[in-house]
Amino acid sequence: MTTITLNVNKQTHTLEVLPWVSLLDALRDRLKLTGTKKGCDHGQCGACTVLCDGTRILSCLSLAVMKNGSEITTVEGIADGDALHPLQKAFIEHDAFQCGYCTPGQICSAIGMLAEGKARTRDEVKELMSGNLCRCGANTGIIDAIMEVKEGGGRE
Amino acid sequence: MFIAGGTNLVDLWKYNLLHPKLVVDINHLPEHRRITELEDGGLRLGALVSNADTAYHPLVESRYPLLSKAILAGASAQIRNMATNGGNLLQRTRCYYFYDADVPCNKRVPGSGCPAMDGYNRIHAILGASGECIAVFPSDMCVALAALEAVVNVSGKNGGRRIPFADFHRLPGDSPEIDNILQHGELITSIDLPEKGFAQNYSYLKLRDRHSYAFALVSVATALELEGDTIRDARIALGGVAHKPWRVREAEAVLVGKKADEAAFTAAAEVLLTGAVGLKYNAFKIELAKRAIVRNGMMALHPETQLPGAQPSA
Ligand SMILES: Cc1cc2nc3c(=O)[nH]c(=O)nc-3n(C[C@H](O)[C@H](O)[C@H](O)COP(=O)(O)OP(=O)(O)OC[C@H]3O[C@@H](n4cnc5c(N)ncnc54)[C@H](O)[C@@H]3O)c2cc1C
Ligand code: FES
Ligand code: FES
Repeated sequence: MTTITLNVNKQTHTLEVLPWVSLLDALRDRLKLTGTKKGCDHGQCGACTVLCDGTRILSCLSLAVMKNGSEITTVEGIADGDALHPLQKAFIEHDAFQCGYCTPGQICSAIGMLAEGKARTRDEVKELMSGNLCRCGANTGIIDAIMEVKEGGGRE
Repeated sequence: MFIAGGTNLVDLWKYNLLHPKLVVDINHLPEHRRITELEDGGLRLGALVSNADTAYHPLVESRYPLLSKAILAGASAQIRNMATNGGNLLQRTRCYYFYDADVPCNKRVPGSGCPAMDGYNRIHAILGASGECIAVFPSDMCVALAALEAVVNVSGKNGGRRIPFADFHRLPGDSPEIDNILQHGELITSIDLPEKGFAQNYSYLKLRDRHSYAFALVSVATALELEGDTIRDARIALGGVAHKPWRVREAEAVLVGKKADEAAFTAAAEVLLTGAVGLKYNAFKIELAKRAIVRNGMMALHPETQLPGAQPSA
């Protein structure tokens, strides 16, 4: 067991984990933050996307011990009290989900993508969001929602 | 074992394909986490710099755009944020049989056999394979590094070595369990790019089963130096076709002095694919690779038309 400190959604947690425990399992099973989803557990779907020190990463392929001292933001930490994050609002307005399983990862990924500032066009947004799969096929709504937050518009 | 981004190691570990006794996190080596200019006009990419930070680095974007495009054609944005340059060189094959701990695989368990030979071998090698293994090396970044003639800097117990990129990865032969010439305990510290970056005429084309977030069936990195429309120097490397990025000097020599057109690239493609062998399900890759070489050669004449994710554009 190794003792680590994670700052998750602005709260500091100290926990003991075995060295092979993923950040995803630490968040879900130990901190009971089940907003972050486990889709594939192998880096192939994006459902487990969280922000680590502001950068979007896959929590399923991250070892919790290697994130000791990091600041993690999960979907539970993006709203401002009762006021939804603009992307959360846009996802509702654009019908950007059906079952909702991919949604926390989509939203965290979109926050990371907008912060990276590399996507200029809708095509580039699609390409840079391709690491988040949606099995319900809500993709058009997802990209609409992201485009609205990015620049206020852009329905296909 | 070292762990850097963890995107390959943790994945293989969870599939019960790796059983590391000791894992050493090498992320806290700041001297290998930076990109620096070299006195000879080249650029040194630290092994621990992320794939994303490398692709978007202003000096890589302006001087080695081929590398930038190849990196951005691989994996997803999240994975590129995690994956490191050193780890990218050492990622294992994506052969389905290698990935299934319950079936034989000469790469995983030497001497156990290769079910891909007579199995579903759609993604497998058409060049340089052996009777023991037909796996392909899946990296995109390395295809560009091969074309750019990068050098891998390594440090170990017995000091450092500089390994030309063409010598770093190996063909399977009768020891397919060995992907490259790195010795146990050796650390990749950085990758050096020579001064010549082919920033004017280059293109990376990646053909795959879906437009993004999928490994290449065939990919091509093309770099040209032109004088008017005459080719002065050319590099072509293929991904997804062999156990290492595939480069054939004679094919590049065919292009020198020629007008940069479809006829010239077609002639080069024939030389590059000389000796290609198709199996039951992957024979289509031979023609696919030839056409991709021609198409990418034409795209390299107009790099500004390159679409996000290295999709076909011309
Ligand atoms: C779903 C998915 C899709 C992907 N798609 C693509 C794709 O389309 N194209 C592509 O090119 N790649 C793709 N990748 C692979 C990805 O690029 C690699 O996993 C990544 O580059 C590995 O880097 P890492 O730092 O995470 O390596 P790790 O997982 O940390 O390490 C990999 C290996 O390298 C060793 N190692 C790492 N750094 C060093 C060093 N400095 N010195 C010595 N040994 C070292 C480790 O011991 C380990 O054996 C994909 C991966 C996933 C999970
Ligand atoms: S659960 Fe991490 S990518 Fe699917
Ligand atoms: S809403 Fe169901 S997977 Fe995306």
